[in-house]
Amino acid sequence: MSSAAATPAATLEPVRPTFRAIAMSVVPELSSADAKEWSEIESEIERALADRPQAMRRQLVSFVRLLDWWSRLRYGRRLTKLDAVKRMELLELIERHRVPLLRRGMWGLRTLVFLGYYTRPDVALFIGYQAHRDGWSARPEARRERPSATPQDVGIVYKRPPA
Amino acid sequence: MIEREYDVVIIGSGAGGGTVAQELAPLVRDGKRVVVLEQGPKLEDHEFTGRELEMSSELYEEGGGVLTADGSMTLAFGRQYGGSTVVYTGTSLVAPARVIRRWSVPGLEFGDVERRSQKYMTQNSVHYLPRVLINENNKLFAEGCARAGFHAEQFPLNLSGCKGSSLCNLGCPNAAKMGTNRVQLPNAESQGVEVVTRAEVTRLEERAAIVRVTEKVAGRKGLPSSWAPGEYRVKARTIVLAAGAIGTPALLLRSSVTSRINDVGRGFTCHPAHILVAEHDRPITNDVGHPKSYFLDRAADEGFVLETCMYFPFVTAKNLTGFGEEHARFMRRFPRLQMILVLACDGAVPQNRVTVDRAGKPVVHYSFTPPVVKSFVAATRAAARIFFAAGALRVHAPEANPPAIDRRDSYRVDDLITEEHFLPGRVSISAAHLMGGCGMGRGGTSVTDSRGRIAGFPWLRVADASLFPDSLEINPYLTIMALADRVAEGVRNELGNLAQVTDVA
Repeated sequence: MSSAAATPAATLEPVRPTFRAIAMSVVPELSSADAKEWSEIESEIERALADRPQAMRRQLVSFVRLLDWWSRLRYGRRLTKLDAVKRMELLELIERHRVPLLRRGMWGLRTLVFLGYYTRPDVALFIGYQAHRDGWSARPEARRERPSATPQDVGIVYKRPPA
Repeated sequence: MIEREYDVVIIGSGAGGGTVAQELAPLVRDGKRVVVLEQGPKLEDHEFTGRELEMSSELYEEGGGVLTADGSMTLAFGRQYGGSTVVYTGTSLVAPARVIRRWSVPGLEFGDVERRSQKYMTQNSVHYLPRVLINENNKLFAEGCARAGFHAEQFPLNLSGCKGSSLCNLGCPNAAKMGTNRVQLPNAESQGVEVVTRAEVTRLEERAAIVRVTEKVAGRKGLPSSWAPGEYRVKARTIVLAAGAIGTPALLLRSSVTSRINDVGRGFTCHPAHILVAEHDRPITNDVGHPKSYFLDRAADEGFVLETCMYFPFVTAKNLTGFGEEHARFMRRFPRLQMILVLACDGAVPQNRVTVDRAGKPVVHYSFTPPVVKSFVAATRAAARIFFAAGALRVHAPEANPPAIDRRDSYRVDDLITEEHFLPGRVSISAAHLMGGCGMGRGGTSVTDSRGRIAGFPWLRVADASLFPDSLEINPYLTIMALADRVAEGVRNELGNLAQVTDVA
């Protein structure tokens, strides 16, 4: 479980450049992230990883290294040196690979990137997500849908399901 | 180890445990001592902020991302005062008669389940939302169903004073969802039942639970436990297990006194699910208003159920298949997105089960059977048709490659959405309707009888979703409460010889 108070471990440290290259393919907007944004995103990911078993953290690092080696074998260059098209081609190959373990590894990696990016308040604003605890009353543009009366129960309704 | 003694110990405080706690509360009046042991904390009302990462970390086991053994599915279940009833959407359906009949549990009749379900519908203020409170994400589903030749039904919901925050799955920030944390547990506590939070039951002994009470971690949410941190042996005449379809079998399996009970952990089902999103040509109201107003029940015919839904940015991103520009493009259109949740009705099969590892930690083994994959494909095709019938421009379908289907290709839905593209590990599948593991009586493969009793263990009862001998094919919480009510009735009659049913206004 992640905790605001926890000090993030440095799981990503040994593979940080490769991880960032992958992250930029997973979320194209990250190509323009500055150092502060990267730091915040990676801190969130580290917090999530800190609650996972040590073995899983090791597997993550190994998987990122594997992708880098794959890049060298396939393209003769490190993953960080690939252009965006080739990088995407490689990652999509892994995502649809016939070996389930590789697919799951890619799923886990992309999920971590999404966790770091899409939980940011500025990103919620950017994509237009506006949910608010006050619901209808916090959304003037949606008020035409809102009833004039306070929402109240309209009585117990139960219909016997069909046999 | 600190020793405590009670007449009844209830393990878990969700739909099962909360119900049993309330129904046994009259025993306290007669001098009996009843305690609920809940692993998670009790959050204060102001701590429900609706922030995605913060709340999912606090309310769900492993943030809602518990992986199955092969890593191809995530499981979401709550872990706090009120269990998963804090994080569901409040959909309140009575079990289908055909399912109860198919279960063939001796002594369990549909009429009894229905009667008890109605009792909790009344208690929990179950009603239909007036149409004026239903947002466009939901209305488009109903309209799309009608145009595509399907019949959508409206969900009865257990709400009182819903403001339409759309944040149900992160714990209602307005205390408007009538889970056991709002109704049954407070009722029980007001009558003298103790509820101890941060109390994890590590194993069972003969008529006793070994409990570890943990300290509140600085910076985390929730009240401290009412018991001091430490190890406890809590003796009881009766122990009621309501730790859920993973927690209850795991506890039985890791306790030497119960580890040899046959078939514990077998028959695990979970309505595996994924979401579909579609983009409209204009913003729609989707992140305001109750997220789940309608469903399409095709369980009996094609083995699936479609439900309206609306998730938060990270959960949405995680559930879309793929990554890169196409994925990001859907995310950038968030205000234009309509969402449908696809649930497959998975029958119980031998390979899908709960076990424990050497440390006693639960391990859920689950593989997608051919009928389940077929149901997913049929469900995704139906959902795509509904989206397009509702006017969507593009649909994101996990069982298509590439997942985005343009409106001009809508006539090719059956060709584009196929079983060959259902790749576990690539498609994001998650489940929140966790069922089975201590199935009620069907002869040789059952663990419990219809009252939650386990043969040879007169001091033990089960009162949660692990009782289900097979998939329920609808949202389960009301049926869990109905079955827990039966279990409580048995315990009450046995311990207190009290026949009256709790009178709750």
